[in-house]
Amino acid sequence: MNGLARIGRLTLDLAQESGAVLLFGLEALARGLRGPYYPRQILRQLLEIGYFSLPVVGLTALFTGMVLALQSYVGFSRFEAQEAIPSIVVLSMTRELGPVLAGLMVAGRVGAAMAAELGTMRVTEQIDALETLATDPLRYLVFPRLVAAMLCLPLLVLVADVIGVLGGYLVAVYKLGFGGVEYLNRTLDFLEAGDVVSGLVKALVFGFLIALMGCYQGYHCLGGAEGVGAAATRAVVGASILVLTMDYVLTELFFAR
Amino acid sequence: MSEALARIAVRGLWVGFGSKPVLRGIDLVLHEGESLVVIGASGAGKSVLLKTILGLIEAWEGSVRVDGIEVVGASSAAREQVREKIGMLFQGAALFDSLPVWENVVFGLLARGRLARGEAREAALAALAEVGLGGEVADRYPAELSGGMRKRVGLARAIAADPEILFFDEPTSGLDPIRADAINQLIRRTVRGRGRTALSISHDMASVRKIADRVAMLYEGRIIWEGPVERMEHSGNPYVDQFVHGRAEGPMTASVAGAG
Ligand SMILES: Nc1ncnc2c1ncn2[C@@H]1O[C@H](COP(=O)(O)OP(=O)(O)O)[C@@H](O)[C@H]1O
Ligand SMILES: [Mg+2]
Repeated sequence: MNGLARIGRLTLDLAQESGAVLLFGLEALARGLRGPYYPRQILRQLLEIGYFSLPVVGLTALFTGMVLALQSYVGFSRFEAQEAIPSIVVLSMTRELGPVLAGLMVAGRVGAAMAAELGTMRVTEQIDALETLATDPLRYLVFPRLVAAMLCLPLLVLVADVIGVLGGYLVAVYKLGFGGVEYLNRTLDFLEAGDVVSGLVKALVFGFLIALMGCYQGYHCLGGAEGVGAAATRAVVGASILVLTMDYVLTELFFAR
Repeated sequence: MSEALARIAVRGLWVGFGSKPVLRGIDLVLHEGESLVVIGASGAGKSVLLKTILGLIEAWEGSVRVDGIEVVGASSAAREQVREKIGMLFQGAALFDSLPVWENVVFGLLARGRLARGEAREAALAALAEVGLGGEVADRYPAELSGGMRKRVGLARAIAADPEILFFDEPTSGLDPIRADAINQLIRRTVRGRGRTALSISHDMASVRKIADRVAMLYEGRIIWEGPVERMEHSGNPYVDQFVHGRAEGPMTASVAGAG
């Protein structure tokens, strides 16, 4: 096959796969909304996705806020603009780094786990068993995961925003000689509600995409234990790429307004 | 002829994945009250056959009727009507890992609203007792059970709703001969004892002799022989002979090697 044909083939495959993934997600949402509902499943996923992701997301946010303060100090002190640091930190965190880093961390942790769990259920025929026992796997397995991820990611990002600012604060006050009150005042000075909200909207979309990739890959898993491993890898890689590309698309949308 | 009395009637059934056919024109009838066992090599499509009858896999072509209800191309309501009649024991038991044993057993009853939450545990214990398991396993998780116990729990789940038709997918595979025999006895007792209709799959000739009234052999996507279990040993069909007597040499050697 020559290079051009291969690129064409890949593009077609990608388009077809994306369409299939999206249809799967929409079908799960449509059926899930019609009920019956499984509150226990949603609760379990809220715990799994939200609560157990707090440490890793918090740690990432803390160090990102810290390094943001340090790096912008290096740059901005060259033209006496250090007082911009609190704004830089809070805007970068809320608009961009909070959602993207939380998204990538959750994609790695939760996307892989979902694909592995559903993949195992597929290859051990548990998904078939659900259907024979009058339970729709899209309603019972997929919908709760989609909903929980869409609820959890914005909350995780809110936490990440706060911890990120705290990280910047720690470095600025204890290392760079800022006054504590001054730093916090400057943090809030230029912050608008839209900055935070745009980040939360991103988080909602990322949550949907991460759970969708995890569920899709697991649900369509083939071929035993190896298949499960491959599904987990595909889920993480796919979700990460989607988080990064949708981040740009959404930023462009918010920017255009 | 006797199709009017058939509980399950499969006609000209083609099933495949991608462009590869697995079942290539299956005709099979399961009569009221009989126990039919389908034999055939690994990968022959035996599990696919059961799943197609349950409406878990969509057929390419042909017809499957369960008590007269068409499954191929059916609505989800019709599928549910069919599934409600059938209890299935999956190959690896397919117990739900995230639920304790007792919730596994009554899962279908709860999902169909045929049992209140309050009576569920009681009902689960009764079903477990029928397969010879005591109350002490009720709160364990599937991962903590041995293979034989998992099969028993799977059997309890399949019969908990007292369905009229039972499917068993390799019920004794992976078990030692003693545990396998115990499972065979349980199957016999539920099928004969309750007068149920059963469709099973097995490689295990001891199991076939124990649970079958009638045997059908699946080869290259078709039923190449069927008859009463007593005739299986002297079928006069070289494929069946080779399979039943477990010989490496015979008409199937070449294609088995070819299929890899
Ligand atoms: N969901 C599926 N997707 C693709 N191929 C499948 C699927 N299920 C089964 N097959 C293929 O169909 C063939 C028959 O499988 P199966 O019915 O499980 O065999 P067995 O007779 O051992 O039960 C195998 O080649 C298997 O790879
Ligand atoms: Mg099988």
